[in-house]
Amino acid sequence: MELSYFAIIIGAIFVNNVVLAQFLGICPFLGVSSKVETSMGMGAAVTFVMALTAIVAWSIQEFILVPLGIEYMQTIVFILVIAALVQMVEIVLKKVSPSLYQALGIFLPLITTNCAVLGVAILMIQKEFNLLQSFTYSVATAIGFAIAMVIFAGIRERLELDGVPAALKGIPIALITAAILAMAFMGFSGLV
Amino acid sequence: MKSTLFNMVAVLFSITLIASAGVGAVNMITADAIAETKAAATKQAVANVLPEFDTNEQSEQTIDDMPIVVYTAKKGDKTVGYAVESMTKNGFGGVIRMMVGFTTDGKINNVNVLEQAETPGLGTKMCDEGNALLSSIQGKNSWEVEFKVKKDGGELDALTAATISSRAYYEAVARAYQAFLVASGAKDKADGVSGATAAKSASKEGNTAQEGGKNE
Amino acid sequence: MNKLQIITGGIIKNNPTFVLVLGMCPTLGTTTSAINGMGMGVATMAVLIMSNLVISLIKNLIPDKVRIPAFIVVIASFVTIIQMLMQAYVPSLYASLGVFIPLIVVNCIILGRAEAFASKNGAIDSMLDGVGIGLGFTLALTAIGSVREILGSGAIFGYSLGIADYMPLVFVLAPGAFFVLGYLMVLFNKFVKK
Repeated sequence: MELSYFAIIIGAIFVNNVVLAQFLGICPFLGVSSKVETSMGMGAAVTFVMALTAIVAWSIQEFILVPLGIEYMQTIVFILVIAALVQMVEIVLKKVSPSLYQALGIFLPLITTNCAVLGVAILMIQKEFNLLQSFTYSVATAIGFAIAMVIFAGIRERLELDGVPAALKGIPIALITAAILAMAFMGFSGLV
Repeated sequence: MKSTLFNMVAVLFSITLIASAGVGAVNMITADAIAETKAAATKQAVANVLPEFDTNEQSEQTIDDMPIVVYTAKKGDKTVGYAVESMTKNGFGGVIRMMVGFTTDGKINNVNVLEQAETPGLGTKMCDEGNALLSSIQGKNSWEVEFKVKKDGGELDALTAATISSRAYYEAVARAYQAFLVASGAKDKADGVSGATAAKSASKEGNTAQEGGKNE
Repeated sequence: MNKLQIITGGIIKNNPTFVLVLGMCPTLGTTTSAINGMGMGVATMAVLIMSNLVISLIKNLIPDKVRIPAFIVVIASFVTIIQMLMQAYVPSLYASLGVFIPLIVVNCIILGRAEAFASKNGAIDSMLDGVGIGLGFTLALTAIGSVREILGSGAIFGYSLGIADYMPLVFVLAPGAFFVLGYLMVLFNKFVKK
């Protein structure tokens, strides 16, 4: 019996939320989350790239690195693949759908250094997932990322209007908000 | 420096070439050390889960497409126990590997988790000494135990808020037990145990000297 | 700028964690104990020093358009080397830091320093910058790790203080990471940064 797809999805979105429990992709989480609209754009762009990365990275691991016995090159190969993939998505999107490019374009360059993408690629190999499981896992992770971003942005929009003590302004208050949000997400841990 | 197609390709290519050569070289140096460290950890785990022994001999089986290694420990000519390196892919964080020690009469002597990626503070408790999972099976005779948590209708305790981790833990222990049955030749005694798929045992007597060595 | 200033600048004025707010993922993810935080800091420092050195040496050979990919290859190679060395010689630390070791590649601190410092300065200065920023990062991570270990498991560097039963475990879990980092940042803003 393999770990069911349902458990993978719920686990990746809620219980082991990529941002709030695994601490991956914190940079965009803190940096791009001041408005709900932009965080939705970022979430969509990350979902797109992560889904592609899952397929490409899994295939490379299975058909190139393992047969050649050079699994230790994993980090180098994956980061180059992700960088190339992001570039390609950018070029294709620009040509095919200018409107989508307008919406997602500015987020794409930021994704190369989003550690959630590389992190998921490495984790799914570590967990010995098959192709479909890897794909499910990374899409669910990306959805978890988007949900956390949007909730967080909603809170921060309101926080803007409040008087925050000078020393707490900016990142510190954002971190403390994230702490409370992470505590709320801990409530999911009995779920599966 | 100005970019031309030629120098871009040439520079990237040579950097990648030098970098991979460097990484490959370090890999050759560290590969042995990594293997040694792993072997030492395995040896330590075998010692942890079994009563005192002099030599052990290694054999391999495949159960549910997963490689299971059995270490048969001997003191003098007498077999004192079996350490089984078992695994499952159904942990909450994927793969869990563990060493399960059985005495010759089938009692679970001790369990040592070798590798896991469970949720810190919840599932990771399976590594602690005297945790709920270990204490509910330790010292019990394995053919009297049904490897199921209470939530699934069994009798075994689970870790708080880590049912999936607990299920996976017992699943790996159950798999170790199947391997133990095959290795010890006690298979006939346990009628009630189901699910034992064809396990091919490939005893490697020649490995005794290098793998087991003396263990005081 | 003299050599000493380069180092101290990295620890206080340009502290990567509290001032530049870079490399947050390992900062939050690996600081469950003082020793883990310190291990992560030292591993990052090693990669940073080596990549700064190499990049400052080859900066004039790299065409502008492929600068970033070239930097990434250099950084990724050093990360892989550190990863293999840790796996061989400090396996237990390697196991507890887990996926965050290969993720040093995407740590913004390293690419950021390569861009902002190493690609404009000489080899010695770049190495010193690596030492300074690396020390700043290591100190910050060790501090966060110590606070979380004391508050969460009542121990420091693995030595039990005998108060474990009274301590809330939550500081070792995910929310504690955000909490401790947030409040340490407040203290830093209030007393050091002025």
